[in-house]
Amino acid sequence: MNVVVCVKQVPDTSDPDVEVHIDSSGKGVDESKFSFVINDADNYAVEEAILLKEKHEGEVTVVNIGPEAANQVVRMALAKGGDQAIRLDDERFAFSDITATARLLASAIGDLEFDIVMTGCIASDDGYSAVGVTLAQMLDLPHAAMVKSVEVIGDNKLKVGRELEGGLLEMLEIETPCVLTIQTGINEPRYASFKGIRAASKKEIKVMDLEATGLSEDQVGEAGSTAVMVEYSVPVVGELAEILEGDAAETSVKLSGILKEKGLV
Amino acid sequence: MHDIFVLAEHREGELREVTLEILTLAGQLAEQSGGKVTAVLLGSGIDEYAGKCASFADRVLVVDDPMYKDYNSAAYQQALVELIKAEKPHLVLIGNTGQGVDLAPSLAVELDVPYTSDVVSVTLEGDKPVATRQYYGGKIDGRIEFKDADVYVLAIREASTPAGEGGKSGEIQKIDNPVTTEVTVRKFLEYVEAAIGEVDITQSTMLVSVGRGIRDEKNMPIMEELAEAMGADLSASRAVVDAGWLPTDRQVGISGKTVSPKLYLAVGISGAFQHVTGIKGADVVVAINKDPDAPIFQYADYGIVDDLLKVVPALTEKIKEMKG
Repeated sequence: MNVVVCVKQVPDTSDPDVEVHIDSSGKGVDESKFSFVINDADNYAVEEAILLKEKHEGEVTVVNIGPEAANQVVRMALAKGGDQAIRLDDERFAFSDITATARLLASAIGDLEFDIVMTGCIASDDGYSAVGVTLAQMLDLPHAAMVKSVEVIGDNKLKVGRELEGGLLEMLEIETPCVLTIQTGINEPRYASFKGIRAASKKEIKVMDLEATGLSEDQVGEAGSTAVMVEYSVPVVGELAEILEGDAAETSVKLSGILKEKGLV
Repeated sequence: MHDIFVLAEHREGELREVTLEILTLAGQLAEQSGGKVTAVLLGSGIDEYAGKCASFADRVLVVDDPMYKDYNSAAYQQALVELIKAEKPHLVLIGNTGQGVDLAPSLAVELDVPYTSDVVSVTLEGDKPVATRQYYGGKIDGRIEFKDADVYVLAIREASTPAGEGGKSGEIQKIDNPVTTEVTVRKFLEYVEAAIGEVDITQSTMLVSVGRGIRDEKNMPIMEELAEAMGADLSASRAVVDAGWLPTDRQVGISGKTVSPKLYLAVGISGAFQHVTGIKGADVVVAINKDPDAPIFQYADYGIVDDLLKVVPALTEKIKEMKG
């Protein structure tokens, strides 16, 4: 069972101390104060890929689009059990939309031998929930999105559960090779061992630039995009909560008073 | 040429509300462009849904075939490709739902047309749609412009346009199934309902809800103590459930439970759209969060901008005192 897993490096905006500010270009954000992490859902995809490898043998290939700094998340996936990696890196890839991003991944993955391609089901920065399913169609493969369970039930067959609204699971059978977009909570992502981290430093990360992808300049980046994010803006905010001021002692008195007055305690 | 297709969504014997929301949005856009709104309904034994859609659309295109009894992306996609090629709508709107995100991206690739997802608003500039969507968990908006195309596919966020009153009487048009070969690459098996544990949070009158801001499992006891002092049940955002700190049946939001307590106290929850959709029915919402820009403050009635590790124990003490 060979699995390709796509990982994205994203800013850790879950940290409440991190503010997101639009930069002077209007199309980017000030990244100077960000720390970068693997996208949450991709972390679960890496774990699911390694679990399948451990159960059914085979290899895990890690694929990333990102600058050299993204080696951090690629190496961590290798340290957990990935066997080799590909990083697509070229200035001309910047501002790729869903389609151009999936096209880049397809150029790297199309020639590999695999049974399953996994991606996270959503990226925490752009929230598209679309690249994995787009990639599947470009590779002409079946797919299932928002996957919360994976079971191998035959030589070329998986039983997967898709998470729908209200926690409802849609169970389905799907032929391999296929593309699955993995939902958070499907497993418990492991931490890399020291041994794994040492081993990862020796594993190959193949870097591909535009020429290596075989794509042309007008197929990638903004030129290769059909739905382009042209301008960020600060959201129009509706009426905000009444903010209770003061230190914890003061705010807790104020809040408990309000709750009492409303008959809530 | 200005026509709008809306894919109707149904599941387990119900037409989903998102269908009427998107038909309402499509109606607003069509009024501007002079086009017609067509609801596309794929299913089996779906006359009742067709009737409902008809009051929100100029036309309902119905394909009634056992193949579409339950959703299967492969079958749906083939049918939609055929219908779109034959009818040439200008816009195709699909819900950005568990179904839509599994279908719309690959549909757009097969049609070779522009696509974007999780759209919160759409306007028409001339002939072309312009979409607004959110980035960085709702902290920033982005404007999406499309390259010229005959068809644009957009996945629309649930609850971004309230469903209107309807009142149209669209023509219901039944057509033959355009897919003539059996779909084998993917097969629907069954739906499995989420289990309900010892506490059913949809019935709770008071909820203390914990989010990523709690940071560590070892901090969970202060939340339990607060909930106990208040006589509330404990619920959580996705991050806490994913981490295994509370069971799945305590999760509030789109993929968890929709709750309607008298008080919803959101602690360390940033208020992503996926979460706040689940608390629309709450009477009073209070948020405690360190980040003054957290979207949760837009949904809360009262807010405290502070470290929850300081506020929660102080609040627990005050409430205990008050209750004597």
